[in-house]
Amino acid sequence: MFELTVNGTSRQVDVPADMPVLWVLRDVLAMTGTKFGCGIAQCGACTVHLDGNPVRSCLLTVGDAAGKQITTIEGVGATPEGAKIQKAWLDLEVMQCGYCQCGQIMSATALIKAKPTPTDTDIDEAMSGNICRCGTYVRIRAAIHAAAAA
Amino acid sequence: MTHMPSRRLFLQAGLAAGGGLLIGLRLPGHNRALAAPEVEPFAPNAFIRVAPDETITLIMSHTEVGQGVYTSACMLIAEELEVGLDQITAEHAPPNNALYADPFLGEQATGGSTSTRAGWKPLRQAGAAARIMLVQAAAEKWHVDPATCTAEHGVVHHTPSGRSLSYGKLASAAGLLPVPKDVTLKPASAFKLIGTPAKRIDTPAKVNGSLRFGIDVQVPGMKIGTVAASPVLGGKLISIDEAAARAILGVRDVVKLDNAVAVIGDHMWAAICGLKAAAPKWDDGPNAGLSSASIVQSLAAASDADGVEAHASGNAKAAIASVTKRLDAVYQLPFLSHAPMEPINTTLHVRPDGADVWLGTQVPPRTQAVVARITGLRPDQVTVHNHYMGGAFGRRLDVDSVEQAARIAKNLAYPVKLIWSREEDIQHDFYRPYYYDKVSAGLDVNGKIVGWLHRTTCSSVMARWLPAGMQKGGKLDPDTVECAVETPYEFPAQLNQFVQVENPGVIVAWWRGVGPTHNVFVVESAMDELAALAGVDPIEFRRRHLGKDPRARAVLDLVAEKSGWGQPLPKGTGRGVGLQIAFGSWLATVVEASVSERGEILLHNVYVVADVGPVVNPDTLAAQLEGGMIFGLSMAMYSEITHFKGRVEQSNFHDYRALRINEAPKVHVHIVNNPNAPIGGVGEAGTAAASAPLANAIFAATGRRLRRIPFATGQLSQA
Ligand code: FES
Ligand code: FES
Repeated sequence: MFELTVNGTSRQVDVPADMPVLWVLRDVLAMTGTKFGCGIAQCGACTVHLDGNPVRSCLLTVGDAAGKQITTIEGVGATPEGAKIQKAWLDLEVMQCGYCQCGQIMSATALIKAKPTPTDTDIDEAMSGNICRCGTYVRIRAAIHAAAAA
Repeated sequence: MTHMPSRRLFLQAGLAAGGGLLIGLRLPGHNRALAAPEVEPFAPNAFIRVAPDETITLIMSHTEVGQGVYTSACMLIAEELEVGLDQITAEHAPPNNALYADPFLGEQATGGSTSTRAGWKPLRQAGAAARIMLVQAAAEKWHVDPATCTAEHGVVHHTPSGRSLSYGKLASAAGLLPVPKDVTLKPASAFKLIGTPAKRIDTPAKVNGSLRFGIDVQVPGMKIGTVAASPVLGGKLISIDEAAARAILGVRDVVKLDNAVAVIGDHMWAAICGLKAAAPKWDDGPNAGLSSASIVQSLAAASDADGVEAHASGNAKAAIASVTKRLDAVYQLPFLSHAPMEPINTTLHVRPDGADVWLGTQVPPRTQAVVARITGLRPDQVTVHNHYMGGAFGRRLDVDSVEQAARIAKNLAYPVKLIWSREEDIQHDFYRPYYYDKVSAGLDVNGKIVGWLHRTTCSSVMARWLPAGMQKGGKLDPDTVECAVETPYEFPAQLNQFVQVENPGVIVAWWRGVGPTHNVFVVESAMDELAALAGVDPIEFRRRHLGKDPRARAVLDLVAEKSGWGQPLPKGTGRGVGLQIAFGSWLATVVEASVSERGEILLHNVYVVADVGPVVNPDTLAAQLEGGMIFGLSMAMYSEITHFKGRVEQSNFHDYRALRINEAPKVHVHIVNNPNAPIGGVGEAGTAAASAPLANAIFAATGRRLRRIPFATGQLSQA
């Protein structure tokens, strides 16, 4: 039995210690906003915040996450940076299919929290782990700048 | 209940179940290859419901794969219906047949197209017909001439008497009226909504994680499974360690098929661990020796002989027999996987008396049919719950994964969600064909092309997917020569041929941009090579070969201006151009790229000029071109599926790479205003346009001509 804090709420889960948080969120806690894309930390679709830092939940085991604060896409809008990023995403119509975007938003929120006015290079560094097959990169970049300026 | 079809307009109207006006319309297929013949009796595949509670809903059996089609469709209806975009919502056709489809046919009709192009006229006509009927209902209530009434923002007004009634109050009365025989649509100059960058309606649920894709489906009592199929197509399962799989905590079931195994558990992690423990052993079967080298060899050998003639004008072979300057080039495009972000998944519940399927599919009828076939149920006992798709790019036009899921699920008493790993997705895709294209062309002393020969050698998607779409007695796949026969240019003599080579070890499928993604690369690369041979600037060379088409010239001229064509660039940087007429849209593209001393390709800027005729939503249009371009550049830079010992060698995003944000160029989109031309498609145009201008830019930067995709996997670092 592990105790996880997800979006500020404490949750008990009875799962193997090596189970990735991705599957705990999706299949045990029924929180499907965090997406599966690759399972090997290549695509970023599964990004969550662990104590405020962006991590790939497909490789983060529940054993390692226990006792720490997990923030997911379902909860990130409650933070000022998350809300700003979500608004910029809507204002600039970033989304196409949208599947990668929960992960993009989690990475972008962590970025502007760490660097309130990121440069293009900062964006490249923070966001290059998030693949978008629909090719929305032009707008992701613009939306991060817009959120930073908001 | 009134059923008054207007065959002229392909519309039907009636009283909706639960009251209100229901309009049914038929949207035609967007791709002539995929278009089904118009069915009798008239079968609507989209519905507009004006309900007594003032809600207006567009119900489409069509699906959203990310191109904003719901928003565009609502804009088209709202324009003529005289409502705001905020007054209309879009829904997937619900599984509840009774509510929507029964008034017309007794079943949920599906199929057709997801594109704005297909809906351009019918959706506006449907909106106009609904408005006319609502106005008529008001006029009858007030005993006035409908011509003295006006409709605005969901309300009908009778100005002389100062009376007004909302659409909701009129909807049920309107539902009893006949459909107008004919409707007059607004001229482009009167559009209020069309042409504006209206906000997309499906996006709010995509920023907070609440939007449910197929993979997010949760059904009471559901278990989750994952699958391994034979790594070689046609191979068989020999054995598994079932005891080891069942020993994993949380594993519930193991299902063996002749060519695959599934492990089902309480959650995906149990399934993944169980499948690993099962350690399946395979008999590789007849395709065990398949390799990319052997496939390419067989294509090359077959390409030596003449193929099926797709087009012949003049005598191209004779025309180039005696020229002094000629090009003889082979262009190669690899097998491609689709790799949409959302991995393949199907949720199924098979019962003795029926089945439910939850997934995102581009082909609901095929989904229903395959589940019925595998389970032995009647199609009407199979309910398809369609969902938003996390990309598709053509992958979800096939139902192989649904067939596999049905074969598994029929052994289980509970609903099961079957998810493929990314590895399974990439290694068990149906692939974009490998194209082996030969172009020969000759120049006269003035640098004009006198003859053009283009022979494509490949396997046929059409022959498998829609045999009825084959031409010339089943011998010609028209998709293989799309944009090869019809180019923006006029050649005095031209010959196009198709050589079909089927490969039993690889199944081929549609891929974003279909024929044009293949042929625009070949034609526009060859044009660039010929320009160099003639010693003429690439844009000027194209201009000299254009026919009388003013739209091609206009986009080409504009892209030259927007891209700063001809202005100096740093050493190692080059510009390349491409021109295409595809999907009814005219595109000219300039890519600016550089090549480092180590042979790395860097993408800087892309300029796209598009003439798509009328523009429904310029922002969505730009997004589609930006995204399509990045998708196409990703392909041109990195994408390649190769085989060895019958197996696909790539497995995940580390070796089947996609462009990342740090590698993506800036994309500058310019849209030509041409509201009175027929409407063109854009979802695939950007992808088709990407690779040739990149190859041409690399040539401009380095003098190296790359005739084989992908470009960035070592070709430039090889001597
Ligand atoms: S699913 Fe975790 S990075 Fe791709
Ligand atoms: S929006 Fe479709 S993958 Fe990013």
